Amino acid sequence: MTPKKTTPSTTPLIGAEQIALLERLSNAVAVSGAEHEVRKIVMAEIKDLADDIKVDALGNVLATRHARQQPALRVMLAAHMDEVGFMLVDGEDGLYEFATVGGIDVRQLPGKTVLVGKDHLPGVIGAKPIHHTTADERRNAISLDSLRIDVGNENGKKVHPGDRATFATRFQQLGPSLVGKALDDRLGVVTVIELLRHAPAHIELLAAFTVQEEVGLRGARVAGYALDPQLAFALDSTPAGDLPTWDGEESPRYNTRLDGGPAIYVADQGTLSDPRLIQHLLQTAETFGIPCQIRQPGGGGTDAGAIHKQRAGIPVVSVSVPGRYAHTAALVARLDDWQHTLALMVYALERLTPAILEQER
Amino acid sequence: MAEIKDFLKSLLSLPGLSGYEDPVRAVIREAWQPLVDELSVSRIGSLHGLKKGYGDEPRPRILLSAHMDAIGMIVTGIEAGLLRFTEIGGVDARILPGQPVTVHGRRELPGYVVQPPGWLLPEDQATNKAVEMKYLFVDTGLRAAEVNELVRVGDLVSFAQPPIELTGDLLAGHSLDNRASVAAVTACLQELQHIRHIWDVWAVASVQEEETLGGAYTSPFAIRPDLAVAIDVTFARGPGSPVNYSTFPLGKGVTLGWGPNIHPALYEAFKKLAEKLDMPYHDDLMPRMSGTDAMGIQVVAEGIPTMVLSMPIRYMHTPVEVVSLKDIARTGHLMAQFIAELPVDYMQSLRWDDES
Repeated sequence: MTPKKTTPSTTPLIGAEQIALLERLSNAVAVSGAEHEVRKIVMAEIKDLADDIKVDALGNVLATRHARQQPALRVMLAAHMDEVGFMLVDGEDGLYEFATVGGIDVRQLPGKTVLVGKDHLPGVIGAKPIHHTTADERRNAISLDSLRIDVGNENGKKVHPGDRATFATRFQQLGPSLVGKALDDRLGVVTVIELLRHAPAHIELLAAFTVQEEVGLRGARVAGYALDPQLAFALDSTPAGDLPTWDGEESPRYNTRLDGGPAIYVADQGTLSDPRLIQHLLQTAETFGIPCQIRQPGGGGTDAGAIHKQRAGIPVVSVSVPGRYAHTAALVARLDDWQHTLALMVYALERLTPAILEQER
Repeated sequence: MAEIKDFLKSLLSLPGLSGYEDPVRAVIREAWQPLVDELSVSRIGSLHGLKKGYGDEPRPRILLSAHMDAIGMIVTGIEAGLLRFTEIGGVDARILPGQPVTVHGRRELPGYVVQPPGWLLPEDQATNKAVEMKYLFVDTGLRAAEVNELVRVGDLVSFAQPPIELTGDLLAGHSLDNRASVAAVTACLQELQHIRHIWDVWAVASVQEEETLGGAYTSPFAIRPDLAVAIDVTFARGPGSPVNYSTFPLGKGVTLGWGPNIHPALYEAFKKLAEKLDMPYHDDLMPRMSGTDAMGIQVVAEGIPTMVLSMPIRYMHTPVEVVSLKDIARTGHLMAQFIAELPVDYMQSLRWDDES
């Protein structure tokens, strides 16, 4: 049965409640390897949405919502809980050397505010005063080893080497945009929570809120094994590079564009998406009039890269909300793109049947 | 000190770029209102507060000058809804990517300074080199059509990083240069409420220090003080800064300027007073110029004996400058005590070494 054609604008899937949850999640701190704050929020949110919830050996949250009718299809949805950030590695008297966790351009760090340790102690990453620099020096980037996280005169009492830190940015809505430090991938986390809420009866929904995506897709790897799905979707955030070039020339490269709708992955550094799933998503978008875009094939990657080679192979595709300035203090995404991502996935799951796997890849 | 901290935090939450000091002046005016006898605004926007002394008229006058203007940016172009900009005051472009800002368009628009992906930048700046300011944007999160309606070339862009309290009485924020000094002058005025002083005290929150020294040249001309003190910030020792004569430990005392901008007898007087008060201080050697309002004040009209007092801050001219609240309190106290002890004939005692 094909569901009646509905425009997503009449389907209020993301409202104040979902945005408030995104805000809480974006402001929470969950640097790869220390995802507990986000895990706690996720566990509370899905308590009544899933039939079975467990936390595995790496810290992944694995939640199953059983199918309510047969034949059922086992579908995995993965969204990573972790974010890029820092770990204090040395220091004293309030000034700490730090290492980056995940892919961070060091040029994004000088002059920023951070939150340090379990108690979110405020700190700053300063920079040498311009008065003490030369024009030559200012042409070079400031190196990581010259930067310190400065928490003031705490005298080693409040934070310690080993503590994590991240950007202190607070979530904001700016006009049509959502801005936060960790929208990569809290957008995906909320999307998967909402998909648990709207799970179709014929889908055995296997939700994985994964850890350590930013440092090597480690959570997704074991989650894919444990959940043993027939196919999987990774819900993530992908860079939008739709800015003007420095010299005004048109750029052939943009990766994705804001306001273009959900970005469907065809190929990235680690994954060749399953063409059956790509077609299914494109047909769903067309049927329901949901805008979507193909992410320009190229580098990068998502949890899908670890899932598809699990067990005897798992068909995968990634669907991402486009966002500018990933892995910086402020990622900018559009509410509309997120709304369309959720709508696309809701309808894609409704239309999904075991028949999709009967075609040979 | 708690009161001064809250006042300073309110100042650090405001714009007030050089040449456009109105927002911060309004809040300083409110704070000074109960502390002075007269308030006025100069022709170019400096705030003048007069706290009268009890000596016979005409009373000698001392001017305390703390500039209230801040560094920031200004829009130079709009491309696809994103703003190109340049600096007002000295800004190192390397601290800008990811910086929260406010764009002062037809209404105030929050936004962020952003660095485009490497493939949209000149090849030499794609991955390793610093990205020049002219290749950065401000993104307001709004779509192009709305940006074009709300923003024009020439609109100001101010830092929007809210102040944050660090451990150990340290405060971080943008524009501590030089609102820390405005707070110190305010602390001085508060202390003077309980002190009978002979001299008239002219507190000035001056304009345009970061660009033209406009306030430093004009307010002393209007006020014609006998003595002047420029209050500013200096360099605290910290990550990235040199360890030499130009940097000072944070929170370990006020610095006393010494060099051609400073009248040596005035320096001696402040030094003696600091010692008498058992107040920690360091000499801030300024071999050629002080980089403060003193450069302007000193040469106004027939010349004015001028002193420079400073508080060390870390990371100057970034939005995360760090100051010690203790040093602010010390600076305010030192000025108030200096004023308290000024005799009516002090100017007769202000002599050069070689004068008999």
